[in-house]
Amino acid sequence: MNFELTEEDIMIRDMVRGYAKSELAPKARWRDETSTFPEMEYRKMAELGLLGMNIPESYGGSAVGVVPYSLAVTEIAKADASVAVGMSVTNMVAETIYKFARPAIGKKYVSAIASGNAIAGAFALTEPSSGSDAAAMRTTAVNDGNEWVLNGSKQYITSADHAGVFIVMAKTDKSVKASLGISAFVVEQGTPGLSFGKKENKMGLRGSSTLEVLLDDVRVPASHLMGEPGQGFSIAMTALDGGRIGVASQALGIGLAAMEVARDYSLDRRQFDKYLADFQAIKFKLADMATELEAGRQLVLKAAWLKDNNKPVTQAASMAKLFISEAANRACAEAFQIHGGYGYVKEYDVERYYRDVRITTVYEGTSEIQRMVIAKSILDS
Amino acid sequence: MKFELTEEQQMIKDMTRRFADERLKPIAEEIDREHRFPKEIVDELGELGLMGVAVPAKWGGSGMDHISYAIAIEELSRGCASTGVIASVNNSLYCDPVEHFGTNEVREIFLTPYASGKKLGCFGLTEPSAGTDAGGTRGTALKDGDHYILNGTKNFITNGREANATVCFFRTDKNDKHAGITAFVIPTDAPGFSVSKVENKLGICGSSTAELVFEDVRIPASYMLGEEGKGFKVAMHTLDCGRIGIAAQAVGIAQAAMEAARDYALERVQFGKSIAKFQAIQWMLADMATRIEASRLLIYSAGAAKDKADATGGRSSKESAMAKLFASETAMWVTTKAIQVFGGYGYIKDYPVERHFRDAKITEIYEGTSEVQRMVIANAMLQESPLFK
Repeated sequence: MNFELTEEDIMIRDMVRGYAKSELAPKARWRDETSTFPEMEYRKMAELGLLGMNIPESYGGSAVGVVPYSLAVTEIAKADASVAVGMSVTNMVAETIYKFARPAIGKKYVSAIASGNAIAGAFALTEPSSGSDAAAMRTTAVNDGNEWVLNGSKQYITSADHAGVFIVMAKTDKSVKASLGISAFVVEQGTPGLSFGKKENKMGLRGSSTLEVLLDDVRVPASHLMGEPGQGFSIAMTALDGGRIGVASQALGIGLAAMEVARDYSLDRRQFDKYLADFQAIKFKLADMATELEAGRQLVLKAAWLKDNNKPVTQAASMAKLFISEAANRACAEAFQIHGGYGYVKEYDVERYYRDVRITTVYEGTSEIQRMVIAKSILDS
Repeated sequence: MKFELTEEQQMIKDMTRRFADERLKPIAEEIDREHRFPKEIVDELGELGLMGVAVPAKWGGSGMDHISYAIAIEELSRGCASTGVIASVNNSLYCDPVEHFGTNEVREIFLTPYASGKKLGCFGLTEPSAGTDAGGTRGTALKDGDHYILNGTKNFITNGREANATVCFFRTDKNDKHAGITAFVIPTDAPGFSVSKVENKLGICGSSTAELVFEDVRIPASYMLGEEGKGFKVAMHTLDCGRIGIAAQAVGIAQAAMEAARDYALERVQFGKSIAKFQAIQWMLADMATRIEASRLLIYSAGAAKDKADATGGRSSKESAMAKLFASETAMWVTTKAIQVFGGYGYIKDYPVERHFRDAKITEIYEGTSEVQRMVIANAMLQESPLFK
């Protein structure tokens, strides 16, 4: 066991920390208030090698691996959780296409993502009537000679209106068990028939775009099928192992940001002739935040390390996502409480952290789904 | 970075687990019921090198790292929590301070036989009126030429009845609360030393928790550990190590409880199916496993921090405190839920979970209450702020 980050890990983390502090943090609140998606920042992140962190250099990636990726997502999330989720999903899309698409297709679209030309990648799995029950999806893909024709609608798709590249899951075989009848496709922005519904007006992550995606006779070449027909669900589950590490890293970053502002506020604010930090009740809240976030950080880094070393990662990724998202929610709630009335006012960042963190126990697999995955892994062993 | 045990760490895990399955599990219930100190087991621990895991080989120990130490205590405690604390106290609270603060002469007498398990040590800090407020120590050490004369009472001392020596803390200066305490190692066959009482406890009943009385106990000044007046620092440094052991004990108890609950859930049938098929039960098991895994990582991280601190002359207080706080509260939560999974059978002494529940509680208290751990963590993090004055 070795808990020391490598020199490269530290270098990447510090570089991203510097970028996040100087370029992302200053306008994070403005982006939240105006619901602005910062295309320029995605191009900048691509330049810094942050959009293809687990992609080989031959595909335009920076090939640094999952541990630095996790560290990077955390640093970005500390400054702006909205940018962090877009960056994380984009990495997940790039990696999934790299792993499962035909080489020529993979080369084309992964390079587009890693270089920043695509701006972002979007992952279209969820539908109005299938969230946790993903296999119950209704979007269809019908084979028509050397093309597939996609019809249906997807909901709550991150970055959809800015993404140059989509992964779309669709039902290709209704005669088999639901999870075996789904296929995965690469779809390019601007393909005729691909349109967007309303942009959701959300509680948090307002700098990230979340939209309905409508598919009306969208035709994609046969070469855009990823893997084999019927492999789509398993591709999605593999993607989510990595996606869960990303979301866990994001939740950690939000929690750490909340903890730091609460800690500093308690050293500044005086009541009853003492600093808030002198009261045990406040000290104990801070101690609990720090301890749980540190435990969560270890769980996330372990999952990242396992993935980097091609070891089974499903249980570890689920545990990390479950634990840190719930711990970060607790940390934000207490950080808010420490701020008292000032916590409720938008001049202070803590209310944004509190709103941003709320979705982390829901997307990329609700806490309930994570518990199912973990329970299965314990009971089946 | 590497989230995998080394060969050596895996070896000590496998060896200790096998020992716990073969020798501890069969007697854990009996020694708890009879409040019996398992002397035959403790002798075997010595032979296996488990009484001085991280003590250098030249002082009779196994020369391993503190992650290996934590692994050993976890595996012992999974079999028998009483055995786990008996070993932890000898390793951390006794051997660690003697190794770090004793002279070579003192280490030859008071470390080598103890690290190799031929003799047993204990740690006397707590007094009737000085628990969390250890600075309130009243026992005195009066200098008399090249000897000290010790007077006082220590209570709640684990291994107190069986110990051949004790690391103890006495006041050498009445006027300075924290800087007036000095640490000593004292052989228990010294005239004037006696064990006056052994407590009847809720759990860890196989380990003795005793009151130690010192009446004009005369020891050579060379038995001082560290410098005069620096005893409080010796105690705090020692507890950084002890907290790793107790955290490991807690996670071992939790692991045993979770395994019992999981196996019971797979067997017990209600409403025509095994209760493992109900989400309510699955949720408890998933949360148990996740919190145990998180505890274990914090413990290993504290072990690594302790090794680093030993090498650089630093401290690992925040890491040890986090591990101990989190693992002990996890053990309490897991054992409570484990009884719940067993339903009525969980309340019956025929099943082990009620013993795990009773054993777990003390881990939130000794070697620094959860409140103390929170104070240590909070103070460490406040000092990290640019606003800290």
